Amino acid sequence: MTEPEPDTLAGWDAALLGEPGEVLKVVRAPDPVLAAAGPEVDPTDPEVLRLAAGLLATMRVSPGCVGLAAPQVGVAAQVFAVDVTGHPKAVTRHGAFVLCNARVVEASRLRLGREGCMSVPDLTGDVKRATKVVVEAVLPGSGAPVRLSTDAFEARAIQHEIDHCAGRLFLDRVTGAHAVYPRKVYL
Amino acid sequence: MTELAITVIGHDRPGIVADVAEALAGVGANLSDSTMTRLRSHFAMTLICTGADAGPVEDALASLTADGRLLATVRRVRPDGEQDATGVPHVLTVHGADRLGIVAAVTRVLAEAGGNVTDLTTRLTGPLYLVVAEVDLARDATGVVEARLAEVAHELSVEVKLRPVETDLL
Repeated sequence: MTEPEPDTLAGWDAALLGEPGEVLKVVRAPDPVLAAAGPEVDPTDPEVLRLAAGLLATMRVSPGCVGLAAPQVGVAAQVFAVDVTGHPKAVTRHGAFVLCNARVVEASRLRLGREGCMSVPDLTGDVKRATKVVVEAVLPGSGAPVRLSTDAFEARAIQHEIDHCAGRLFLDRVTGAHAVYPRKVYL
Repeated sequence: MTELAITVIGHDRPGIVADVAEALAGVGANLSDSTMTRLRSHFAMTLICTGADAGPVEDALASLTADGRLLATVRRVRPDGEQDATGVPHVLTVHGADRLGIVAAVTRVLAEAGGNVTDLTTRLTGPLYLVVAEVDLARDATGVVEARLAEVAHELSVEVKLRPVETDLL
């Protein structure tokens, strides 16, 4: 088995944002901000740093939350936080991080998985996603470009968040009329 | 062969499927295609059965509907005709704030393009209304239907996505 390429994300730390991060209110569908494609951001803009820290802080206090995108806190922008640490379906894990202006540059091995979302709290749905992706983005604070290789649950989480930044919900990708379920478990 | 279209709906409780299936089996009615699902607090069954006449099936279900907790209908229907298999399967997703007429408006667009809805689910959770439909569209119709759906979506202030189904044939 080949080792994944070393990622340039190594060494990034939330402390580099220089912001404690405020817990933000999470908006729910059908709030129109969730359907708006967010613009790219300047990763060194102090507002973006505040947003990045806020996303991390909000994710941390939300039970079961593995990712949170700017539109979910009411801001149309291409910024999101992910942290799949400790999740049983995760294989590669990069800890807690925030990416700006992220895009998937390589995607393979499509698999079906059931997704939920803090902004659609009462439904889950089956969505096909790549389980192996390479993502390019810039880091908030330094503005350094990163190239991230990941898989399994972290890949799914990142694609779900990139969708949010483009104004898409998992509901837009469910595989059929019987692929949406009333949520049974709330963490 | 006689085909019967049967519907049963009632307040959900454990045992509805077992009771109905047992009553049908008792008179020799064979379940072919069916959907059985919970809609809010109601349980709804739609079944096509063969092998029995409407009269005995109605009598068999009468004992289950007598107390008014279940409502059943039995109709004789024509067996399958030729199925048009030329359509391209698509999935349509619509979501937004609940309002009157969303399903009517979007399915009218599909119907006007000759699209055939083969499955459709709606869910209302809080203020969010969701429609997921599977629809067979004529080849090359995707772009036209998509454009018309975008106009209707704008009028209704809802989000609409239409995409072809990826079928992995093994």
